[in-house]
Amino acid sequence: MILLEVAAGAGLAKFGAAIGAAIAVIGAGFGIGNIGKTSVESIARQPSAAGDIRSSMILSAALIEGVALFAVVVCLLTLFF
Amino acid sequence: MALYLFLSKQAEEVRGEKMDVKEIIFGHLADAYEWHVVEGVVLPLPCILYSEEQGFDVFLSDKLEHGEEYRGYHIDAESGKIVNKAGVRPLDISVTKNVAELFLVCLIVCSVVLSLAFWYRRHGYLSAPGGFLGMVESIILFVDEDIAKASIGHGYQFFSRYLISIFLFILTCNLLGLLPVFPGGANLTGNIAVTLMLAVTSWLAVNVFAPKAYFKEIFWPKVPLALKAIPLMPTIEFIGVFTKPFSLTVRLFANIMAGHIIILSLTSIVFIMWQVGDLLGFIMNFVSLAFIIFMNCLEILVAFLQAYVFTVLTANFIGMAQHEE
Repeated sequence: MILLEVAAGAGLAKFGAAIGAAIAVIGAGFGIGNIGKTSVESIARQPSAAGDIRSSMILSAALIEGVALFAVVVCLLTLFF
Repeated sequence: MALYLFLSKQAEEVRGEKMDVKEIIFGHLADAYEWHVVEGVVLPLPCILYSEEQGFDVFLSDKLEHGEEYRGYHIDAESGKIVNKAGVRPLDISVTKNVAELFLVCLIVCSVVLSLAFWYRRHGYLSAPGGFLGMVESIILFVDEDIAKASIGHGYQFFSRYLISIFLFILTCNLLGLLPVFPGGANLTGNIAVTLMLAVTSWLAVNVFAPKAYFKEIFWPKVPLALKAIPLMPTIEFIGVFTKPFSLTVRLFANIMAGHIIILSLTSIVFIMWQVGDLLGFIMNFVSLAFIIFMNCLEILVAFLQAYVFTVLTANFIGMAQHEE
């Protein structure tokens, strides 16, 4: 009986980790997609500012991706420790 | 067709062996006491240990391979570290794979930058180098003008030295991490100890050289008295001093380690599929190859991007500290 619970607990940890990573990635996808959308629109409004806007876009995307990867690292920690 | 027959014969020979994917992936990500250059060629690295009973012990790590014991030390099977007979770790300042790679990266960065400096000494300051040195110079100017000067403004030259060094170091580490063989092959920026130390140096660059106004702004910010008296804003600002380098650490570490894990997993898929069946393995060969090429190109972009983001954020923090008014 106890063995069954322990086995269920281990499986639950993997399940939680996988779902957590997936949700974090969905959030990152939404965020970075938003950045892409608004940056492309603002380049369309003012093409001469394309260089500045492009670098801001890349910087913001990298920062948001950092946060998503925090979540992935936490999920990996629950999987392996 | 010939390729298929050749590969399926190879697969037949190793079909019985079970493949431990987790061990392969973590073996590539973790540190080690020797350096596997190619299959069968192993570079032993010096182990430098100190314990109170025995004093200093310096020997090459091939004395300890395959679990042998030497001078009372052996490699603990579970943790992969050197322990003495009682299972206690001595003071371990060995040159491991990551340390050797660190030396190699420093050598590469120093030689590249110094060769640019010597080019100018030889050819005078009125001409410009072309080729590889021209590219290096354009990278250094990019960090100097677009990152340091834009973020720090007045007095940027002092910090520009540190920012250029850290940009070139992280870039070289990231790019070398993508190579599977000798000069690359060590997971350096994917190791949280290395990125932690990089973040600590950035933290020192921000806080050691910050004027008094910066610390005054942290502990007595210009906000309404209600937020200052219960120390709400000062607490938040003080915690912010430490969360900024923490986020620098984790961002670089997670990005690079995730990239390495993805590429290693995609490579392992090929072998797993060959174990399942011949046709599946053959198809996955090419599908996985396409994915691996795509992921490697993405990882090159990530290498540049992460170096840039680390440097830009450090420059921003330095600029905010220096110009606190």
